[in-house]
Amino acid sequence: MSDEPARDAGYDDFLDAIAEGEPYYLECPEGHGSLPPRQVCPDCGASELSESELPEVGTIVAHNVVHVPTPRFLDDTPYATAIVDFGPVNVTGQVRGLDPQDVENGQDVTITIGETETDGDRLVVFEPV
Amino acid sequence: MTRVRVAGGGLTHFGVHPERTSRALFGEAGEAALEDAGVDREDVESVFFGNFMGELAEHQGHMGPLAAEALGIDAPSTRYESACASSGVAVRQAVQNVRNGEADVVLVGGAERMNNLPTAETTDALAIAADDLYEVRAGMTFPGAYALMEDAYFEEHGGTREDLAHIAVKNHQNALGNEYAQFQKEIDVETAMEAPPVAEPIHLYDACPITDGAAAMVLVSDSYAEEHDLDAPIAITGTGQGSDRLALQDRDELTRTPAAEDAGAEAFEDAGIDPDDVDLAEVHDCFTIAEALAIEALGFFEPGEGIAAARRGETTATGDLPVNLSGGLKAKGHPVGATGASQVVEMAKLLAGTHHNSDAVADATVGVTHNAGGTVASTAVHVLEVVE
Ligand SMILES: [Zn+2]
Repeated sequence: MSDEPARDAGYDDFLDAIAEGEPYYLECPEGHGSLPPRQVCPDCGASELSESELPEVGTIVAHNVVHVPTPRFLDDTPYATAIVDFGPVNVTGQVRGLDPQDVENGQDVTITIGETETDGDRLVVFEPV
Repeated sequence: MTRVRVAGGGLTHFGVHPERTSRALFGEAGEAALEDAGVDREDVESVFFGNFMGELAEHQGHMGPLAAEALGIDAPSTRYESACASSGVAVRQAVQNVRNGEADVVLVGGAERMNNLPTAETTDALAIAADDLYEVRAGMTFPGAYALMEDAYFEEHGGTREDLAHIAVKNHQNALGNEYAQFQKEIDVETAMEAPPVAEPIHLYDACPITDGAAAMVLVSDSYAEEHDLDAPIAITGTGQGSDRLALQDRDELTRTPAAEDAGAEAFEDAGIDPDDVDLAEVHDCFTIAEALAIEALGFFEPGEGIAAARRGETTATGDLPVNLSGGLKAKGHPVGATGASQVVEMAKLLAGTHHNSDAVADATVGVTHNAGGTVASTAVHVLEVVE
């Protein structure tokens, strides 16, 4: 036991990999993509999952602009969140480097790690290419 | 397999009652249901209770026994949690319990206390229906999740915020005269359009309110209803449930709700009906776009056609398929864990001719309820029919 919150194995490793500039996704023998933590492929149940390189550029498929946040994002509003299609997997994150009102579907972005304004918690961030 | 009758239903007022515990709310709704049914509490063989955020709002887990205790019932009692579909799923379990002969009399419902928390904390509590790692930690809120679905819908099918405003106007209109509704206030399209943004493209009048309340009903077997000469003209003839991947990012499409498609198809097959046979529906309009997605998933409208159904007058009280004659979650309110059961209570009254809006559907014999959890990762659908 420690007073520090435990890491979320798989998820925190995924964020670490993004921060190091080497993001990956999990791939099963059938070619289905998923994000960790996974014991089996959620599409087919295969248990042989390997780490494959996440494509560098993804495309925004849906976005919003949040005005009423949860407490963890109180000082962050307004902000845009987006679902980004990287091919084998989609990833959800916050769009930065653009005015939230200027975010558009179809915009190409790269993935990185940022911190919230509110508490400095790390989160997935997308930046326009 | 025995048929399951709705012997009676009870509701509390849906609204802002921050001082009332969920056990007290459920006690009121359950008492009303037993009285309406004319069934002795000693005859209840099992209790099915829906609740979503009791741990966060009331620091209370293990609510099954509390629910039975609140009604003075000495019988096995279990809590069901499937986010906003908690009591819809509880109703399904109760129906199956009677059908398989385990019980002749069950009590099912749900309760939720939400307004005792500050708004930001309620927003936080609702967000746990989403994927914590990949959605909530990225800043996604519950309205924010539906905003993503709405944005994708606009992108794929077109449609406008004004189309959605007509859904809000319709549901507010339907709630007029509903003594249990949180809002009994007419609104117009302009007011809805000018409301402040919550999570664009969702604005305040696209969203259901934060509500405290409870709902309960007594379900009995055909044989019990006959033996006790109960006035129970409505039966639950179909039940279906579906699940989907929890996070939006893990779904093939953002503009369809396969869990609701599956639940609807299963419930319709179970009842031996087609979407065309349905006279009216109560659907899960936590946001206006959710009503459009629901009526498409249930097969009443083609994908892309649901958004303007209210505007075209097809789902209004005078339309071919009235939707949310109770006022829906939008105007009647959404005490999360009570909503699915309250839809069934309202539908039974609508079909029995005892609802304030029954005149709008005087000849109706088949009604459908659709209760969705999270961004429709859980759905329970029920078919109700007039059988006497
Ligand atoms: Zn696979």
